Amino acid sequence: MTFEIITMNGYGLYVWSSFIFTLISFFALYHVIKIQLKKEQEKFKSKYFDLTEEKTESVKKQKTYKEILAFTNISKI
Amino acid sequence: MNIFYKINNLSFKAQKYVFFLFIIVFSIGIVEALVLSPADYKQSDSVRIMYVHVPSAWTSVGIFSVIAILSLGNLIFKNKYFLTIAKSLAPSGLIFNIIALVTGSIWGRPTWGTWWAWDARITSMLVLCIFYILYILSWRVFQNKESVNKITSAISILGLINLPIIKFSVEWWTTLHQPASITLSGSSIHSSMLLPLFIMTAAFVLFSVLIFLMKYNTELIKIKNKGLDRI
Repeated sequence: MTFEIITMNGYGLYVWSSFIFTLISFFALYHVIKIQLKKEQEKFKSKYFDLTEEKTESVKKQKTYKEILAFTNISKI
Repeated sequence: MNIFYKINNLSFKAQKYVFFLFIIVFSIGIVEALVLSPADYKQSDSVRIMYVHVPSAWTSVGIFSVIAILSLGNLIFKNKYFLTIAKSLAPSGLIFNIIALVTGSIWGRPTWGTWWAWDARITSMLVLCIFYILYILSWRVFQNKESVNKITSAISILGLINLPIIKFSVEWWTTLHQPASITLSGSSIHSSMLLPLFIMTAAFVLFSVLIFLMKYNTELIKIKNKGLDRI
């Protein structure tokens, strides 16, 4: 049974290489996007905490930032 | 509260749920595709390549259709969210396109005796890949917001012309690639093979949703960062 799954009636090399290529592509894309997301989150965190208290208050009051901050839980970033 | 606010809010929360759902569906799909589904009477076990090749081709074409429709929507309604959503969909679309081309090529070797043929279906899929690359590169190369909006919209709308060519190429021309086995009127594939095909398609769609959510959140934070710079 195990041997059959590996050899796939002589097509094992083709079948397994297709599935492995798919898995590697998924893994690579997921990690590239994850790194990009983390990088931007770090940037935002440092920029937001660098703001003076006065600016932070003004950010919170502005309509656009109210929306931005509402869907971004800063403590979670 | 507008619809985009709701989408933005949801996209942050949905990521982990989609990730776990993808892992479950993909694991079931892999077992079905590699172990439980039968070998084909003609193609033998090489038919299993179909379970990654076909869903990736479907997803890739589907994603490009959505990108083109969103680009058209942006031109008509001038809504910035349309382009952000379209931009976030492109990376998974490209990866699925590459997977479809590579696995198709691997399948072609034992079945047709060649890795590549300038067949209408395969060539039109390669053209789609070029459109994806041009689309993603344009976002990186052009800095001016107005220019990049126009150029990426033009690329995706031009690429839309290629989609019916991909779909009907096997009917319009004599091709090495087989005609569609699943149509609106029915399927010539046995249910024991249809099941893993649909499970893998669901897994691939979930993966593209996951990548979309992650990329969309990245784009939103980029916008916020630019906004904070202006304060």
